[in-house]
Amino acid sequence: MISNSQNWQAVRDRCREYRRRILAISQTVPALHLAPAFSCLEIVDAIYNLLMRRQADGSLADGFVMSKGHGVMAQYVVLEDLGILPASLLDSYCQPHGHLGAHPDYGQPGIEASTGSLGHGLALAAGMAYADRLQGADRTTYVVLGDGEMQEGSIWEAIMMAPNLRLGNLVAFLDFNDYQGLGRTTETHPHFLPVSEKLTSFGWEAVDVDGHDSAEIVEAVQNRRGDKPFFITCRTIKGRGVSYMIDAPIWHYRSPNKEEYAQALAELAADGEAS
Amino acid sequence: MRNRFASTFYELGQHDPRLVVVVADISPAGSIAKFREDFPDRFINTGVAEQVMIGLCAGMAQRGLRPFAYTIATFSVFRPYEMIRDDLCYQDLPVTVVGIGGGVSYSTLGGTHHAMEDVALMTSLPNMSVVAPCDPAETEAATRWLALNNQHPAYLRLGKAGEPDLTSEAAEAFTFGRIRHLRRGRGTAFLTYGPITKTALALADAEERKAGQPATVVSVHTLKPLDADGLSAVLASHDQVVVIEEHVPHGGLGSRVKELAWDIRAGCDLQLFSLKDEFIHRYGNHDDVLAAHGLSFAAIAGELGLL
Repeated sequence: MISNSQNWQAVRDRCREYRRRILAISQTVPALHLAPAFSCLEIVDAIYNLLMRRQADGSLADGFVMSKGHGVMAQYVVLEDLGILPASLLDSYCQPHGHLGAHPDYGQPGIEASTGSLGHGLALAAGMAYADRLQGADRTTYVVLGDGEMQEGSIWEAIMMAPNLRLGNLVAFLDFNDYQGLGRTTETHPHFLPVSEKLTSFGWEAVDVDGHDSAEIVEAVQNRRGDKPFFITCRTIKGRGVSYMIDAPIWHYRSPNKEEYAQALAELAADGEAS
Repeated sequence: MRNRFASTFYELGQHDPRLVVVVADISPAGSIAKFREDFPDRFINTGVAEQVMIGLCAGMAQRGLRPFAYTIATFSVFRPYEMIRDDLCYQDLPVTVVGIGGGVSYSTLGGTHHAMEDVALMTSLPNMSVVAPCDPAETEAATRWLALNNQHPAYLRLGKAGEPDLTSEAAEAFTFGRIRHLRRGRGTAFLTYGPITKTALALADAEERKAGQPATVVSVHTLKPLDADGLSAVLASHDQVVVIEEHVPHGGLGSRVKELAWDIRAGCDLQLFSLKDEFIHRYGNHDDVLAAHGLSFAAIAGELGLL
């Protein structure tokens, strides 16, 4: 469990390694969702490595749903690091003989829900959290949502429903990178902000954090009251870690060429020396 | 059918704590009210919100429960169709989606409340089973099987309330995935499902009076997985096969029987009677709207030369 003695430098180093692994995989396929994975990387790392509890046998005691399914590369590399997802599976990502695709597929190691179509994960996670409570299971279900995804009506059905079910064991992260397919989320929907106040008025406990600050994320989740579903808006940067991916929508789905790959690795290395 | 579903679910739910019902502001009333009182944690009303109804059921099934989603068939199927496809079928979860008022049984409520295309949509989904019982007893048998035995997503298409008993003298019992002979005869066979089975039985009576021999009547209650062998045997052993269904002409039982007839080079006459491929802006009771679609006893009997 986290404490003040947490080695945050080690957390940053780990996230840098995750980004390197994703970049390496990007060189094996023509396209993958790189920038959307980079924006939620610290969130997914914090959930798996700092928040989720372990069973006596070392397996995860809590649940996870990647509702913004296109962010799944962040989940794959963490699951690989935890020894849940074999490296051989990730090495065959999107290959004809492989079993891992660009969106999570229920039944693959560590994957608890099939997503990819947006707007499904929050209701799924709410159902899991409700079933856990009904069956007396001490389990928290974490779910990561995208900000574009928040425009799906089904998300708001689930937002309305979760407090009715008193789901204190449900924690929803919003990867608020302010980008969706055709532009900035806050331009598509100028009244999207303030989103935390909307959630609070719907009966959730809600806070805002810097989504690339692992300590802030962990502290916010651990300090929640726990009697209501918890919504944590994480301000993030799409493509975080590689300068040319920031503010450039093309990197939602493009793979870097050789030169771009080398530059990305160099920037990650320099960032490591600087921090 | 609605009441028998509710009483069966209540009885099963007393013994199986995995059974949960999630409704979207439409309740089967009757015994479900008792279920709600006795097991308030296992009755959820999402309100007028069908997408989260399906999503919650999927999440609960992923944690080992056996949820039933319940509302009017149009809202069970059409509104949350992508949730049914992705959450239930793609993930292959044991959730039963119940649609009350299949076909045009909500006659006066108009086209928004008529589930005329649900069988086509639901049978097209991988992993999905589709069951459409014809009367209260068959509803009970189907509900029992889906609650206790089924390991996959299913769609239970029900009529409304007040359907008569059609199966107490049936030649065979209900078996999921098998056609059910209600009457065994020769010459002519009627293939049907759902409450309109009542009309098929009346037509069989008329056929018997005309031909002087009993006609076959089959409840094809399980539309997926379809009993191809059973249907092929009927096609092969009768001179005339008549399909009657309360569903649009494409994608339902009639289409499937025609496919089978081609596959086995069936030599029988084959006639299909279904709802029209139209939205009918006419009202009245259930029988009135069926008649407007050409599905009255008189209209079919006339076509078959039984009048």
